[in-house]
Amino acid sequence: MPEHGARRGWRDLLRPKASQVVVAVLIGALAFAITIQVSGSDDDDYSGVRGDELVELLKSLDVANERLGTQIDDLTTTRNGLLSSTQRSERAEKQARKRADELSILAGTAGATGTGIEVVINDPDKQIDAPALLDAIEELRDAGAEAIAINGVARVVAQTYFLDDDGQIRVGGREIKRPYRIEAIGDSQDLAEAVRFRGGLIDRVDNRGGSATVTEKDKVTITALADVKSPEYARPTS
Amino acid sequence: MIPVIGLAVGIIAGLVLRPAVPAGLQPYLPIAIVAALDAVIGALRALGERRFDDRVFVVSFISNVVIAAFMVYLGDQLGVGSQLSTGVVVVLGIRIFSNAAAIRRRIFHA
Repeated sequence: MPEHGARRGWRDLLRPKASQVVVAVLIGALAFAITIQVSGSDDDDYSGVRGDELVELLKSLDVANERLGTQIDDLTTTRNGLLSSTQRSERAEKQARKRADELSILAGTAGATGTGIEVVINDPDKQIDAPALLDAIEELRDAGAEAIAINGVARVVAQTYFLDDDGQIRVGGREIKRPYRIEAIGDSQDLAEAVRFRGGLIDRVDNRGGSATVTEKDKVTITALADVKSPEYARPTS
Repeated sequence: MIPVIGLAVGIIAGLVLRPAVPAGLQPYLPIAIVAALDAVIGALRALGERRFDDRVFVVSFISNVVIAAFMVYLGDQLGVGSQLSTGVVVVLGIRIFSNAAAIRRRIFHA
């Protein structure tokens, strides 16, 4: 039976009836149309879209466009705000850093360099005591010394104390040996004047049997650091 | 057998030639395809029930396509093109589904 059916199929193929050909042509046309429609709908072409649909599309695009424009505005505002705040905080950070540097020189937690003087006090008779040295330091401060160190080891800051200790002087807890070498950073002429004036440091040292020399220097470098103690009782206000 | 050859020839021609659909035909082609599919599914059902007739198929195919295209055209003229073509697609879809259900019942008895 199947062989017979197959043979009949082949005979049909060789001698098709007109109606079968018409059916085949119609189905071929349908397949053709489906194929070109499917492959044609791949590309985004609006030529097949109706007018009112196009209007709708355009409207929705307009709305989307408007919404995105608003979003762009918002985001631009945010970005500008962030940028300016970044700049502000950068400026503030720079200022704070500068201030911290200045304060660290004042507090003696950083080394310092600049014009200044070097005073060398020879005291063979051991007649220069702590108050006398403190007087000398005060005179230098009055003359605008910004950073002072003694013998390159003792940095003189606000909390530094001077103490007589068994024929030696202690500055801020550090024992300093004779001869005393005071380095001060500031206007070198003013500082030299503050040492040399009549009745000043040099005269007083001479009176006590010692000798003092002053050298103005273009560059004085102080590397000695003060011992920083965090305040135990004082708290910053505000 | 010959219809299958027609199917293959149509697909190959479409793939090889890749013609652009003429702009005037573009709104009608999808609806015409659905209408023709309805005719083909109906023909398959008739084939399964051994009452297939070439003449009936040809007439129903052509009339389906023409009427569907005409309805779309009419809808466009009346300003309800998209709604009417949706309606046509829904009706033809229902017919395709019911014919497919009949074929399924005949083949699977379910």
